[in-house]
Amino acid sequence: MSAVVAEHDHHDHGPAKGLLRWIITTNHKDIGTLYLLFALAMFFVGGAMAMVIRAELFEPGLQFVDPAFFNSMTTMHALVMVFGAVMPAFVGLANWMIPMMIGAPDMALPRMNNMSFWLLVAGVLLLASTLLMEGGAPASGWTLYPPLVLQTGKALPFAIFSVHLLGISSIMGAINIIATIFNMRAPAMTLMKMPMFVWTWLITAFLLIAIMPVFAGAVTMLLTDKFFQTSFFDAAGGGDPVLYQHIFWFFGHPEVYVMILPTFGVASTIIPVFARKPLFGYSSMVYATAAIAFLSFIVWAHHMFTVGMPIAGELYFMYATMLIAIPTGVKVFNWTATMWKGSMTFETPMLFSIAFVVLFTMGGFTGLMMSIAPVDFQYHDTYFIVAHFHYTLVPASVFILMAAGYFWLPKWTGHMYNERIGQLHFWLSAISVNILFFPQHFLGLAGMPRRIPDYAIQFADWNMISSIGGFIFGASQLLFLYIVVDTIRGGTGEKVTDEVWEDASKHSLEWTLSSPPPYHSFTTPPTSIPTEHI
Amino acid sequence: MSTSDTYYIPHKATWPIIGTVGLVIMLAGFANYLNGSSIGPTMMVLGLLVFIVMLTGWFTLQSGESESGMYSTQVGISYRMGMMWFIFSEIMFFAVFFGTLWYTRNLSVPWLGGEGTGAATKELLWPAFEAAWPTNGPGKVGGEFESMGAWGLPFLNTLILLTSGVSCTWAHHGLLAKNRDQLIKGLAATVGLGLLFVTFQAIEYHEAYTDMGLTLGSGIYGSTFFMLTGFHGFHVCVGAIILGVVLFRSWKGHFQPENHFAFEAAAWYWHFVDVVWLGLFVFVYVI
Repeated sequence: MSAVVAEHDHHDHGPAKGLLRWIITTNHKDIGTLYLLFALAMFFVGGAMAMVIRAELFEPGLQFVDPAFFNSMTTMHALVMVFGAVMPAFVGLANWMIPMMIGAPDMALPRMNNMSFWLLVAGVLLLASTLLMEGGAPASGWTLYPPLVLQTGKALPFAIFSVHLLGISSIMGAINIIATIFNMRAPAMTLMKMPMFVWTWLITAFLLIAIMPVFAGAVTMLLTDKFFQTSFFDAAGGGDPVLYQHIFWFFGHPEVYVMILPTFGVASTIIPVFARKPLFGYSSMVYATAAIAFLSFIVWAHHMFTVGMPIAGELYFMYATMLIAIPTGVKVFNWTATMWKGSMTFETPMLFSIAFVVLFTMGGFTGLMMSIAPVDFQYHDTYFIVAHFHYTLVPASVFILMAAGYFWLPKWTGHMYNERIGQLHFWLSAISVNILFFPQHFLGLAGMPRRIPDYAIQFADWNMISSIGGFIFGASQLLFLYIVVDTIRGGTGEKVTDEVWEDASKHSLEWTLSSPPPYHSFTTPPTSIPTEHI
Repeated sequence: MSTSDTYYIPHKATWPIIGTVGLVIMLAGFANYLNGSSIGPTMMVLGLLVFIVMLTGWFTLQSGESESGMYSTQVGISYRMGMMWFIFSEIMFFAVFFGTLWYTRNLSVPWLGGEGTGAATKELLWPAFEAAWPTNGPGKVGGEFESMGAWGLPFLNTLILLTSGVSCTWAHHGLLAKNRDQLIKGLAATVGLGLLFVTFQAIEYHEAYTDMGLTLGSGIYGSTFFMLTGFHGFHVCVGAIILGVVLFRSWKGHFQPENHFAFEAAAWYWHFVDVVWLGLFVFVYVI
């Protein structure tokens, strides 16, 4: 695998010129950039929706928006953040980093890579267009439960087809990642020498291929129930609305791990570099990731404890769910042990990673609380669950995406970001995210239901504090936008070295390439593989 | 691990964006049609045309590249992995509908009839309902209907699909033995049997709708019956189209014993559709 491009293409090593370059590109870095920028844009779109939600909840009573629109906002905020921001951001990182980390010239299936990006854009645009339709955007929550979701206006078929497009896009992306990892590794890169980020994405890709068709099947049945007289989710015809919940969560639970497993991978990549130590327990990290992925398929009904399941089901799903704490605990232990007695420095990527370890652990523990079925009867559909999954998504997935941005931006652009502003961004985010979400635990335990625009007066104080935290957090993210733009345009002006971070090239192959790396990553496979990450 | 010398990476791809635009127009058109907008059907046809142009163009491009020897063994491995995991995703898609059949038939319908913790449901909501299969539910949605028997057309269709699996393999043997005539005849027979299957299924659907009162609206039995068999029939059509393309390329002299990914992919897909049918025949028709 030495020469990379076909004969007739040999004269043409650089990208095409102009805007067309970005539309017809097959290059993993170009497509990675497109994914990352699209995700960043959607992060602000979804964030704006969150600001609407927090503004409405600032005080009791109805202030700014009508209740139906409020429900559309909670639904669309979730869908945009999940399918438009977090997932595409990780696919963008996969596109950029996997070929460079495994010593490959590009992704295995470059044309399909292009199509999966554009299908993503198409899917999100179709979804966003529902905001302008008669009857408003879907307002049933991102789970799209029937029969409620079948009351959606003109938006319903558009939202369903948007899910189909996003599903096709994700499956294509996942297939590409699997083919790349299995088929494109440098000869010396054996499976158990792969960087953790590559491992976690390999496992995530299998999750995606297994679950996206399931979600597509579920929404297809919603479509036929609404427009073609079927009775899948209608008891009068012998169907069962609870069936939808089972199918949805068979998709939905692995889906949340799709967002967290690559997060683990990036954390396992960054922490050893700044602790200047090998990752503690590399192989246990691999097995723990695989174990979490396996468990994710057999615990789905813990989202449905209050729906009326047979007692055996309640018990089984309760105990199976608790098992997840074991491999997750292994991971948290390993990250901590990696830092133990390390020569640590605290640049922005490391700060975000440490905050991730602490705050994700908190989100994990509230998850353990809710896995106890009788206790969940109390918490279900309250702000406690909102606090729980936001702790596992915002100071976990989003923080790690920020960390990845700071960590690899110098590699991608060849410029250094402004460390002072980076640190400011971190501290503002880390403090405000706790002001934003921690009080929601109290609200939930006190009984405040989720997905409502108005609430009883006793919830007023904590809601106001939460909203203030939300506004600070939202505003702080503009600093990140500034840093990204500034770094692309030259950053501090400091020329970065190939390995950017001290001894990073002992950890992973991307640091052996120039900064910014060449258009085709490795035209000849590297012969020696860094093993410091193991 | 392959030790090939080159890995082909195209520098630009115009078909993906065209295909995406076609797909979006088609789906937006379908959504508009469902919402009762008059522009819907036009958009659907337009989108479908763009999509067909994309398929034709992309297939032509790929087969040209393949025939001119631009794909190394390693590229072939990527393509095979791609097809394999695509078929796996399709299996998961079918699993949803099989799972729906299992759940409703064995759990939720008996619960409606008072089994397990459903005693109050039956007593308060549907006291007259006796759980049985087939059913159109306690509301008798869609009215009286007959369920579809296994041993008429469906059994014939089982034989047809199994035979087509054999003829597909026969064609593959022809390809490997450089027997072009056997390759073409085997593929033609496979496509022909596939079309015959779809025709028989159309006759079966016609009987269901006109003589048996069995429609998509016949409660959960009609829903699962038509969703499973219809989704499968759609896959038979797709498989026949793929095999048709492979037949056309065989007729044009494409494929060598050591280089015929498209044939393999089409054959895998066809066998997958075949196996799904066996599942359908057992769980939808026989049991």
